[in-house]
Amino acid sequence: MAFAHTLAGTRYQFPDLKTLLARAAPPRSGDALAGLIAASAAERVAAQMALADLPLRHFLTEAVVPYEADEVTRLIVDGHDGAAFAPVAHLTVGGFRDWLLSEAADAAALTALAPGLTPEMVAAVSKIMRLQDLIAVAAKARVVTRFRNTIGLPGRLSTRLQPNHPVDDPRGIAASVLDGLMYGSGDAVIGINPATDSVEAMTALLEMLEELRLRTGAPIQSCVLAHVTTALRAMERGAPVDLVFQSIAGTEAANRAFGVSLALLDEAWEAGRALNRGTVGDNLMYFETGQGSELSSGAHEGVDQQTVEARCYAVARRYRPLLVNTVVGFIGPEYLYDGKQITRAGLEDHFCAKLLGLPMGCDVCYTNHAEADQDDMDALLTLLGVAGCTFIMGVPGADDIMLNYQSTSFHDALYVRQLLGRRPAPEFEAWQQAAGIADSTGRLRFDPAASSLLPALPLPEEQP
Amino acid sequence: MTESKAVPLPSPAQPDRWAHLRRHTDARIALGHAGSGLPTAAHLAFQAAHAQARDAVHTPLDAAALLAALAERGWPAVAVTSAATDRAAYLKRPDLGRQLSEESQRRLSEPVRAPDVVLVIGDGLSGTAVQANAVAVLDVLIPTLQAAGLRVGPVVVAEQARVALGDPVGALLQARASVVLIGERPGLSAADSLGLYLTWEPRPGRVDSERNCISNVRVGGLAPAAAAAQAAALLGAMFAQQRSGIRLDSPAPAAPPELPGAGAP
Repeated sequence: MAFAHTLAGTRYQFPDLKTLLARAAPPRSGDALAGLIAASAAERVAAQMALADLPLRHFLTEAVVPYEADEVTRLIVDGHDGAAFAPVAHLTVGGFRDWLLSEAADAAALTALAPGLTPEMVAAVSKIMRLQDLIAVAAKARVVTRFRNTIGLPGRLSTRLQPNHPVDDPRGIAASVLDGLMYGSGDAVIGINPATDSVEAMTALLEMLEELRLRTGAPIQSCVLAHVTTALRAMERGAPVDLVFQSIAGTEAANRAFGVSLALLDEAWEAGRALNRGTVGDNLMYFETGQGSELSSGAHEGVDQQTVEARCYAVARRYRPLLVNTVVGFIGPEYLYDGKQITRAGLEDHFCAKLLGLPMGCDVCYTNHAEADQDDMDALLTLLGVAGCTFIMGVPGADDIMLNYQSTSFHDALYVRQLLGRRPAPEFEAWQQAAGIADSTGRLRFDPAASSLLPALPLPEEQP
Repeated sequence: MTESKAVPLPSPAQPDRWAHLRRHTDARIALGHAGSGLPTAAHLAFQAAHAQARDAVHTPLDAAALLAALAERGWPAVAVTSAATDRAAYLKRPDLGRQLSEESQRRLSEPVRAPDVVLVIGDGLSGTAVQANAVAVLDVLIPTLQAAGLRVGPVVVAEQARVALGDPVGALLQARASVVLIGERPGLSAADSLGLYLTWEPRPGRVDSERNCISNVRVGGLAPAAAAAQAAALLGAMFAQQRSGIRLDSPAPAAPPELPGAGAP
């Protein structure tokens, strides 16, 4: 279906829904690279006005990627819950924005609505929202998940402890794990990006974290972020796999470039659940996404990068994941050029995922060829904290020496927790005191010798 | 107004008690803390590392100095530019960095005797890396290739170059193989890492899986002479097997897991 809008005497036309969405998208380098960006600021606003007038119901009749050709589209269409959609079925995209900002859209209403929303609907409304709208609405959403602790409760902010090492050296990783735990990080997951994607490397790292967990009684979950096929083989061989990880994309073709399909993810989810390793819940999938990955594999199907990113969340929600995070600034300046674009993208992704019912975290990050620096990260971190982001990364000194990019540090997590009065997951918080990491008032002690951690990590005994 | 006394006070920043663990990793552990923030010294050390990385990305390649160094060694050389007209265009449009400018296409279209190996020096994402390491690699690589009886073409010095710029260069010169020496994306720990990308029958349309890569070439990483020896060995395998990339049987190290954006310049 074609759309048009006249602004200041000029008539702007958009041949179909995906073009309308692309032209309405706030500017970013990836849409320019793909040739999808609005030709002028006025064309962008005209597209936003046309989009605001579009009934939400229209999204149930026009797919941005053909149903016949794409299993992600089929998942979205076939999984749509008409009853859940009913409360907003009469609204336009603009009316939906107003409803989201209203008092009617409280936590319970948003939770009930989630299965009735499609990724394209939430992407559309995000395009006509300012940062404050994205923050205000996301902050109302509640998504709680459980494995060995409870993630996403009100007043909580969790962290992934990311102790990467360029050659997966166990002592090097253990030193970073200790550093992170001393600083209060690690309740979302202790998650290692392996330098080598192999069953052997994955198993060795998982066994080290399993030893730490068993010897200290920590209510934590571990993950080695190898390919899902590696995790499947590791599970077959009896490795202690808690969370099953995979990078996912918003089209079938882009998922193929990642080496995955819904069938493969189904198999991995099933295998993970069969291990029955969760204690307080069975949310065990961990997904990573990020705007631009579909374009980078030439599989964006003419859809703008923010809309196709939101389609990842349809894939993710099928598996009731413990954690999802958007690795927002990792991909580079050809997709998100500078701090402004990274900031907007991080808040869009968080908003869209929360509306679709996902436990969304954000890797607040950048590379050295992007026009961004620590100030930009501080701003995005603070905004996401206010928006109720589920978790952030904790990397020693914000410097990932394996992946060569800058994320948030253990210090950054402490900053935002203290500033906003956010605490870690309750089970983890209690364990911090039991393990001697924190004192009886919850204050961090910064003293490994007073904790039970040192004998549980492969670190040589020595005097400081 | 009260006059402050000159009594030495302990730093308000708290050191961490596990600094001895730093010997196990280059990660920024045991930084100490001031409130929940970084102590001043650790904060400024990070800023300094980021500044060096930023400067490496934005320092223009000194093509004249490179050409002079090549001329001094008696190696023919030719300067080209990609279709990206400046650094901002280069960073936003990777596709332009993979194409030659029209003027450079003309320059490379002059008839030459098709070489076995064409060597391309490109700035990539770190002019610093190229300036520091490229000629040192060639000092070993070119004599090694010549001793093996291979015809080495002119050294092509390319500005605003991506790895795949070696493909149109190789196609125009009708080279059988290309070696692209290019500045890698700077990290905080190293802003001067050079990468070598080797491609059999370089032609536009080659994909990453058809290349072999030697990375982290720098002082403190893989030494330039060692990188040259690895490159010569890989080229030997390519000429024997008439292919490159993942299909090449070679003792090359395994590639790390794929991540979008993690990759090459």
